[in-house]
Amino acid sequence: MQHDDVIWDVIGNRAFCSFKVKTKVQNFCRNEYNITGLCNRSSCPLANSQYATIREEKGQCFLYMKVIERAAFPARMWEKVKLSKNYEKALEQIDQNLIYWPRFIRHKCKQRFTKITQYLIRIRKLTLKRQRKLVPLSRKVEAREKRKEEKALIAAQLDNAIEKELLERLKQGTYGDIYNFPIHAFDKALEHQDEESETDSEEEEDDEDVGKKEFVAEDEIEESDLSDFEDMDNLKAGSDEHEESSEEDESEEEMEEEPEASGSKGKMPLKGAVFRKKRAYVEIEYEQEMEPVPKSKAT
Amino acid sequence: QGCTKTKKPKKQPKPPHENGNDSMIEKTEPEHVDAPAEFSFPPTFSVSEIKNKQRRHLMFMKLKQEKRKQKVAMKKKKKKERDALGDKAPPKEVPKTIENQRVYDETTVNPEDEEVAFDEGTDEFSAYFNRLTNPKVLITTSDRPRGRTVRFCNQLATVIPDAHVYYRRGLALKKVIPQCIARGFTYLMVINEDRKVPNGMVLCHLPDGPTAHFKVSSVRLRKEMKRRGKDPTEHSPEVILNNFTTRLGHSMGRLFAALFPHDPQFVGRQVATFHNQRDFIFFRFHRYIFKNEKRVGIQELGPRFTLKLRSLQKGTFDSKFGEYEWVLKRHENDVCRRRFNL
Repeated sequence: MQHDDVIWDVIGNRAFCSFKVKTKVQNFCRNEYNITGLCNRSSCPLANSQYATIREEKGQCFLYMKVIERAAFPARMWEKVKLSKNYEKALEQIDQNLIYWPRFIRHKCKQRFTKITQYLIRIRKLTLKRQRKLVPLSRKVEAREKRKEEKALIAAQLDNAIEKELLERLKQGTYGDIYNFPIHAFDKALEHQDEESETDSEEEEDDEDVGKKEFVAEDEIEESDLSDFEDMDNLKAGSDEHEESSEEDESEEEMEEEPEASGSKGKMPLKGAVFRKKRAYVEIEYEQEMEPVPKSKAT
Repeated sequence: QGCTKTKKPKKQPKPPHENGNDSMIEKTEPEHVDAPAEFSFPPTFSVSEIKNKQRRHLMFMKLKQEKRKQKVAMKKKKKKERDALGDKAPPKEVPKTIENQRVYDETTVNPEDEEVAFDEGTDEFSAYFNRLTNPKVLITTSDRPRGRTVRFCNQLATVIPDAHVYYRRGLALKKVIPQCIARGFTYLMVINEDRKVPNGMVLCHLPDGPTAHFKVSSVRLRKEMKRRGKDPTEHSPEVILNNFTTRLGHSMGRLFAALFPHDPQFVGRQVATFHNQRDFIFFRFHRYIFKNEKRVGIQELGPRFTLKLRSLQKGTFDSKFGEYEWVLKRHENDVCRRRFNL
């Protein structure tokens, strides 16, 4: 038999109720069929054999009713009535279904229904507005990415890359005539060209000398003698003093170098030949000047 | 085996083995033991089998020292060989870097690729690249920005010519976008903030252009820069885009390029750089000066930050129903650390 008072006495006051949540001021009831949410004698669904609630499922409201006749059949205990979406009509439905029921339950049902409809309206409004999506960060992943970023930064060598790119653009002339550097570049290019032509000519001369080396070497048996060299220079009388002095200087230098550098003997006659060759050129181009003391030496 | 294992006894000819197994192995196979002065262990021995932590540690240290010695010896030998050969020595080997070992991406763009050129002639940026539109950027933040983010936005506005900063005030982006288009903006940039620090950026090209979502990190404001120059002037900066090789990288490059006006004013001598390295895009803003034709000096002004692309979506900002061209999936990139997307 269903003794509500006994049940309430046990679970409400003395012993344990698993749905009860105790706080400092009040007691709450976690039972899903509870109409007010508080733990009271009149609100407890276990201690009242005639009980009704409003519950909401996916935006639809239902009225649940429990009567004492079905207390023995737990599977069929709660009667579920779907309420209309229209607020007034739903209230009328509640009234019709709960006619002759205690005032308290009727009132509380309507209150609960009102609250539910209000929060459903708010949900619908909010979904239309901006919804902020929170994306959780994983600490490990973030740390890993940070490390990768640091390494990528080191590998990037940004300053160098930027400088290189800027210089490239300067070379390609995207800056037009703003900077005066292009002239220098042109001069340098010219110099490069001159050097190349000189080296080419020297090489040609060397090649020719290679051919004539034997001939010249027979003449110069006594080598590495300053005086001889000068004599030989004098032999080729007729050149610009300046040129001569400079070449003499060069030859002197080479003479000094020669005893220091062993194994460069072969170079000396070559140099002499080269000098001779150059001298030949110079003779043609420049004025002939007489040397001060011509030594008599028959060739 | 009464002697304990310390460093000194190790110099003895036959070190007492720690494991019972090893000593047994030694007894049964004496020919494996080498000359007394050296340590040699049966091939199956490994340092990790020693149970005692101290001894294991010591053995490991010794192993490391051996390895180091061998390495140095190898190096010396190689150097000697190289010197001996002189000119005929083979060229020096290039060390392996991640960039060298990068997995070849099939979407790498070939400069002469016609298909790509055709795509780029007709994509959303073609209007900019054909000089039909001038860039106009709207910079805003997420709700309730903190001081750092606001300052960052202001500094960005000085870097990008023709940029306007507006407060967000809880507006919905989808509603903001049509208004922007009506007022002639070409770009919408939203800096997202988390915990008082900017950490995300949504860059939306406006007349129905792609939307890119980046993760922003390492933001340095102007105050925090060392040896920085004066504030940037109003001149349009040059743009440098480095290392955008794949098809995706190419579209990113175009996205960044379209932020700036077509004709940079070389008088201003300012340059904005977007450098891609291993999928991180580093942004820097410098002022340069040519000292001579071989040297240039650069001085950093302006904010710096790094971006990492998280998703690229076709069409303007629509996170729910938008069509995503590319989304960063971590597990794809975790597989191989030499694979990059940009």
